[in-house]
Amino acid sequence: MAHLSPAPALEPGQDRTMILNMGPHHPSTHGGLRLILEIDGENIVRIMPDIGYLHTGIEKTCEAKFYQQVVPLTDRIDYLCPLTNNLCYVLAVEKLLGLEIPPKAQWMRVMLNELTRINSHLVWLGTHALDIGAMTVFLYCFREREDILRLFEMVSGQRMMTSYFRIGGLALEPPLGFFERVRDFARRFPANVDEYENLLTGNPIWGMRTKGVARITAEDAVALGASGPTLRGSGVDFDLRRDMPYSGYENFKFKVPVSQDGDVFARYTCRVAEMRESIAMVQQALDGMPQGPIKAVAPKVILPDREMMKTQMEALIYHFKIITEGFAVPAGEVYQAVESPRGEMGYYVVSDGTAKPYRVHMRAACLANLQVLPSMCEGRLLADVVAAIGSIDIVLGEIDR
Amino acid sequence: MPLEPAITDLEQLKNHPAIAKLVAWNPAAVEAAKFDRDEISIYVERSLIREACVLLRDDADCPFNYLADVTCVDWFPSEPRFEVVYHLLSIPKKERVRLKVRLEGSSPALDSITQVWPSANYFEREVYDLFGVRFAGHPYLRRLLMPEDWEGHPLRKDYPVEGYR
Repeated sequence: MAHLSPAPALEPGQDRTMILNMGPHHPSTHGGLRLILEIDGENIVRIMPDIGYLHTGIEKTCEAKFYQQVVPLTDRIDYLCPLTNNLCYVLAVEKLLGLEIPPKAQWMRVMLNELTRINSHLVWLGTHALDIGAMTVFLYCFREREDILRLFEMVSGQRMMTSYFRIGGLALEPPLGFFERVRDFARRFPANVDEYENLLTGNPIWGMRTKGVARITAEDAVALGASGPTLRGSGVDFDLRRDMPYSGYENFKFKVPVSQDGDVFARYTCRVAEMRESIAMVQQALDGMPQGPIKAVAPKVILPDREMMKTQMEALIYHFKIITEGFAVPAGEVYQAVESPRGEMGYYVVSDGTAKPYRVHMRAACLANLQVLPSMCEGRLLADVVAAIGSIDIVLGEIDR
Repeated sequence: MPLEPAITDLEQLKNHPAIAKLVAWNPAAVEAAKFDRDEISIYVERSLIREACVLLRDDADCPFNYLADVTCVDWFPSEPRFEVVYHLLSIPKKERVRLKVRLEGSSPALDSITQVWPSANYFEREVYDLFGVRFAGHPYLRRLLMPEDWEGHPLRKDYPVEGYR
């Protein structure tokens, strides 16, 4: 973060260029992103992202918390896909503990994760279109996003900071009528995606602003660490859900959308196609939802139900011990990666055998994706920077942590 | 799935493709290895990390062509104090491997791998910012997340959670 340094981090390289500061308070930077641009007329010569404005030291905070207390912190990293972060963290700790998760909890996790992906893509699509000048799509997207947030509120009590996944399973049984509401949404949503596509895909103005803009080749995308739709938009067919499945994704049938063009439009088509695949997976999860418990059998790790606490002495003791002194996790280390809406979200958790994590590191997909931005924009027009930022779908909370 | 005990005997692990490749290239490169919870960790000799990364990236059978992450763990007050951790991914073979380099506590430094993967740029800057580990040959080794004039490296274990007062 260079904002306190007296001189700009980038000096003009030659006489004819000038330095232009963009952000951190710019509507299209989606948070606190500052870009220092060296421009020659309308052309970008160099571009340097300056980040850290949302740094909150979450990794340090995690080291002072019990394992179960870290779950709500993970919501706040990538605030557009809290359930994906919850999932990645609990999977990592469950791997450290060697816990087996019952099928119903796994299927619920997959279903909610796909709803989260749609939720995140809707925010992306709305704001990305708004940045480029297509105002209408924003309101359409937020209409459906509201439906998803209501579903999250119904199941977890919270619209955004859900913390619904717990180490060993889920926090609560889904309430009565929840699956009917999800089924209703899954029935309506494909027609909504058609609406968005009617507004954008064939629209000549949208095509002029996105096709051939901010190209990145497959080799560059891999070398620069891009992941998710940013990587698949450049023709690399890799999706962690299919290729390194976790949490029961191997039971689902879905296609991984890939585009060869590597431009803004390619990333747009990948994400829109992903929304269609995700809603089909939600439908599969609803149809095949197994019955059974939602928590693993591990009384020393998982909080007992309230009813058991009031009737059984052991449950009360375990509850007291988990709340006051946490639970010890066997020493070791685990790197767990999941496919978040933005790419490879990874949690590296190191345990020293105590009740608090020795080290929690989040591999932020956006941090790596942001490194691709200079190669996308340099040598191109200033107006395309906004389209490029939108197309890599960054969330600054995740970048800065 | 009850936990299996970790395998730390290098003899048992030498058939792992990444370890076999590294040992065949330079037996001194691999200091130790560990197989725990289905994940393989290889401790690489500090001065050989860049060459080891090039070797694993360009391997014909299982190219670890993608650098997923670089981070660090501070084992204060024991020595060697720092462990720089690299997570590599093979996109064609869908395999992961973890490389680790141990560093002493006083002025920790090692070679940068930005020439091997440009994506290491931000990851190494973050490690430098939060742990104070210096990467030789990094093109722009400055703080990434903290302000430029910040004192100390916050993720070190001897740095108080509430910061210096």
